[in-house]
Amino acid sequence: MTEATETSETGIADVPSPQALMIDHLRNLLGDMLEDASVHQGQIVLRTGVTSIVATLTALRDDQHAAFNQMIDLTAVDYPERPDRFEMVYVLLSMRNNMRMRVMVSVGEGQAVPSITQVYSSANWPEREAWDMFGIFFAGHPDLRRLLTDYGFEGHPLRKDFPLTGHVEVRYDDTLRRVVNEPVSLVQEFRDFDFLSPWEGMQANIPGDEKASKDG
Amino acid sequence: MGVIDPRTAPPIGPGPEQDAILKAVGDEITNRGFVIASADKLFNWARSGSLWPMTFGLACCAVEMIHSASSRYDMDRYGMLFRPSPRQSDVMIVAGTLTNKMAPALRRVYDQMPEPRWVLSMGSCANGGGYYHYSYAVVRGCDRIVPVDVYVPGCPPTAEALIYGMLQLQKKIKRTATIARG
Repeated sequence: MTEATETSETGIADVPSPQALMIDHLRNLLGDMLEDASVHQGQIVLRTGVTSIVATLTALRDDQHAAFNQMIDLTAVDYPERPDRFEMVYVLLSMRNNMRMRVMVSVGEGQAVPSITQVYSSANWPEREAWDMFGIFFAGHPDLRRLLTDYGFEGHPLRKDFPLTGHVEVRYDDTLRRVVNEPVSLVQEFRDFDFLSPWEGMQANIPGDEKASKDG
Repeated sequence: MGVIDPRTAPPIGPGPEQDAILKAVGDEITNRGFVIASADKLFNWARSGSLWPMTFGLACCAVEMIHSASSRYDMDRYGMLFRPSPRQSDVMIVAGTLTNKMAPALRRVYDQMPEPRWVLSMGSCANGGGYYHYSYAVVRGCDRIVPVDVYVPGCPPTAEALIYGMLQLQKKIKRTATIARG
């Protein structure tokens, strides 16, 4: 019960935040299936295993107190340096508690994830998208086809090792009288001049700021 | 004077009878007036005066295309009416990012348009891929798929820029020789 007695975000001591209360409830509800639970930016982050994802989400949906009965989104993140390179993310919403939650699962390359379309029917197309973009296979999905990329597309574009410009480009062939795929040939390679990428995090000194300093 | 069928009637030789016929024809033209124009100029005038664009909005450029057709800029003033069918249109405005998946569909729509037909490429993405030039999913210029007559730069081009491009296309049509001379 340590989480329940933490200082809430309002700064009033001894009043547990709704998220902390919910995590206590979920520990009882999920038991061993819950690997880790934390609160990040006012949202609950749960970790669970691949094998228990369907049971976890079913419990989160059907429990009267939790009632996470909407699946907002389902996606994945690629971390090539990790042994299990993918991280599945399920974003849930509980209308009753006005609370959002992320359920995260580590998935290895080539490892099948049980489809959650039987739990949340809204997961159908997001799972197709995750299959298309990352190549994560969803076991038990009713119609696991590519969703976004071109017909006959090869590769999974959101994997970090997928080249930015891909492998093929299209052109209309006058003799064949149809659009054909050809290997990519670029006149000039892609060059990145962005030294202020937001993905690198906020920098204290933005280049150019020293001119505006008081003694500068 | 009755109707004379040239296939059956005997030829009318020079004389008062022929003079009477020619005078009747001359009087007819003099009374009603007439216009002399070279035929290709006439065709070009008609074609450039009723350019019906194919509605082919692909991305945010389509919003500017809609503005140019709406009441403020009103392309209808130039006889440009958007048509929902390629079979009724003369010019295709490729307005937006052309993706690899869309490219065969764009070409099919272009092939369905009747001759004579023109293509106006609108915006950076349609001109040369633009922001998505290095993307794995975007065609680096719609001129790889269809022949383009006018390129309108901008991201997106304003409605005025699109109308200017359409007027440039009108100029281009007006200076083409419609009838090929041997």
